[in-house]
Amino acid sequence: MSQLAAVESPRWVRIGLIPLLQLVLALAVSSLVVLMIGEDPIRAFKIMIQGAISTEFGGLSNTLYYTTNFIFTGLAVAVASHAGLFNIGGEGQAYVGGLAVAIVCLALDSTLNVWLIAPLVVVGCAAFGAFWGVIPGYLQAKRGSHIVVTTIMFNFIAMAFMSYALVVWISPLGGNSTDSRYWAADAVLPKWHEMASSFGMNASFSLLNPVLLLALACCVLVWVLIWRTRLGYAIRTVGSNPHAATYAGINANRIIIITMAISGALAGMMAVNEVYAAQGRLILNFTSGFGFMGIAVALMGRNHPFGIVLASLLFGALYQGGTELQFEISSISPQMVLVIQGLVVFFTGALDRLVREPVESLFQRRAIVAANASTGVAK
Amino acid sequence: MDMLDHIFSLLGASIRMATPLIFAAMAGIYSERSGVVDIGLEGKMLFGAFAAAVASFETGNPFLGLLAGIVICVLLSLMHGYASVKIRGDQVISGLAVNFLASGLTVTLGHAWYGQGGLTPALTNSQRFTGITLPGAEWLGAHVPVIGPFYEQVISGHNLLVYAAFAVVALTYRALFSTRFGLHLRATGEEPNAVDSAGISVAWVRYRAVLIAGVLCGFAGAYLSIAQNAAFQREMTSGRGYIALAAVIFGKWHPKGALGACLLFGFLQAMETRMQNVQIPMIGELPSQLFSAIPYIITVVLLAGFIGKAVAPKAIGVPYVKER
Repeated sequence: MSQLAAVESPRWVRIGLIPLLQLVLALAVSSLVVLMIGEDPIRAFKIMIQGAISTEFGGLSNTLYYTTNFIFTGLAVAVASHAGLFNIGGEGQAYVGGLAVAIVCLALDSTLNVWLIAPLVVVGCAAFGAFWGVIPGYLQAKRGSHIVVTTIMFNFIAMAFMSYALVVWISPLGGNSTDSRYWAADAVLPKWHEMASSFGMNASFSLLNPVLLLALACCVLVWVLIWRTRLGYAIRTVGSNPHAATYAGINANRIIIITMAISGALAGMMAVNEVYAAQGRLILNFTSGFGFMGIAVALMGRNHPFGIVLASLLFGALYQGGTELQFEISSISPQMVLVIQGLVVFFTGALDRLVREPVESLFQRRAIVAANASTGVAK
Repeated sequence: MDMLDHIFSLLGASIRMATPLIFAAMAGIYSERSGVVDIGLEGKMLFGAFAAAVASFETGNPFLGLLAGIVICVLLSLMHGYASVKIRGDQVISGLAVNFLASGLTVTLGHAWYGQGGLTPALTNSQRFTGITLPGAEWLGAHVPVIGPFYEQVISGHNLLVYAAFAVVALTYRALFSTRFGLHLRATGEEPNAVDSAGISVAWVRYRAVLIAGVLCGFAGAYLSIAQNAAFQREMTSGRGYIALAAVIFGKWHPKGALGACLLFGFLQAMETRMQNVQIPMIGELPSQLFSAIPYIITVVLLAGFIGKAVAPKAIGVPYVKER
């Protein structure tokens, strides 16, 4: 059995088969919930899939719009994870990012056009998100307070602060009691269906917009950062062993602070999609769990940008499919998606070993048997 | 006397606000003192509130409602315990899963069963825990100055679960510091190796700790839906589980300290509703959001070591691997 540890199971098993099995388990338990309600789970999933990929009613493009949000928050969790930090604060960091959109747009949307405003919004969101992430990072690095607890607290502080900002500062500038006015049309990125119709194509209404491209660009940048730069190497070293990192001359505290700034910036950029491009105004509690969803996305995507894109597509489809579901089967609430989210987090995160260990040891044993057979060593 | 009335009614409201926090904070203390992080207090409380409201509505008996809340929370605790103790998974992630699951399932089931967007039907008074007037409260309130009204408005008039919460604090204190189980529990959270070499099962201690946490979360949830309110509402815990977690930290993982923190946070919640449209000289109106943010802000400040220092149990969050 000592050979087991030396042999790694194949890559496709570790990053493909095991997450897939965990997803199947989560969906199986979700089906039990649907059965408990007295509906047919097969039919429910069918409706969800159809709703998520139909091009007729903007299903597919709305799936991609949700995907955009999840890529940002998923990347935020993943980057922090590589440094061994669990950033639960994506929700708050994204929420504060929304304030940057409001400040930039309310101040400048009548004077600047979209080409000038969009970059300002992106930088603003990243900066505000980074600010909200860097404080817990600093407190962890310099004062020893635990990042999990601090980021949770910062989510709630963000909620209180943002509702104050909305009610007292932003809504009086036009808009209802808890949201801002709409940004001027010239200052906002066109949505996908608007762009399509200007090219003479016909696409139905959806919230999909070019920020998806920014999200994908961030995936590439994060990949380069983590696996192709000195900083990324330092981040991964701190993540796997902070003591060794310090011994190797890496300033672990500095890396923790920088990582949390990057992580917060990524979460903050979710507001570019949601507040700036999709909704076109700042709404109370616009994050509505998208930040937390990043945890499920990062777990499912194994903290790798490519995996995160796939996981974001999956959850985007679940979200969009879930909203369609309520029109077809009225007894199923769209909150069903949260149940699936919880189960995915449970099976891919907390119960990871339950599936991983038996499956990996199966493949490891097969590899050893194959190796022994080829070299002719007797058992 | 009018001023005094004001203060007493504020104190009474603080106690009512603090009650669910007290139950949940004691739950957090049992779990975390044994070395198992419990981020899932919020979710357990929420599901407990839902189960209690449903059972109380269906059976008409609030005690059965309470029981249902406890049973559901114990099941969630077992799920968390299985992931944390047996599978040695990430305890924070497991707790988050409990929270997601609870906020999804309560609305999904509530919507399917009652079709009101997750709301459960309103409960009548006989299906709830309602206020109890302690003996002599009215007479004392009318005849004895200061102490009388204090007894009438602050001590008397709460429902059964409020008094139970204070009893639980005393019991927790006794259990942790004067029983063999408490000694084992605290040792497991600090030095599980030592506990193991003394021939005590670390896993069994931790399982018992999370089970007790489950029972107490059931009380906290039931209090919200069938005592303080008369129905379950979507996301009705609204962060109380996390405030309780903050209270555990603020109270330095000690029942007395946590009780103090819960009372303080309860007081802030009671103030939040009372301070609306109140002008304070020189400052003006304090924003209500400030009151809801204070518990989190002071916990962050405390954790950062700017006022005192909160030191967590040493083995918290670390799964125990028995040496062979």
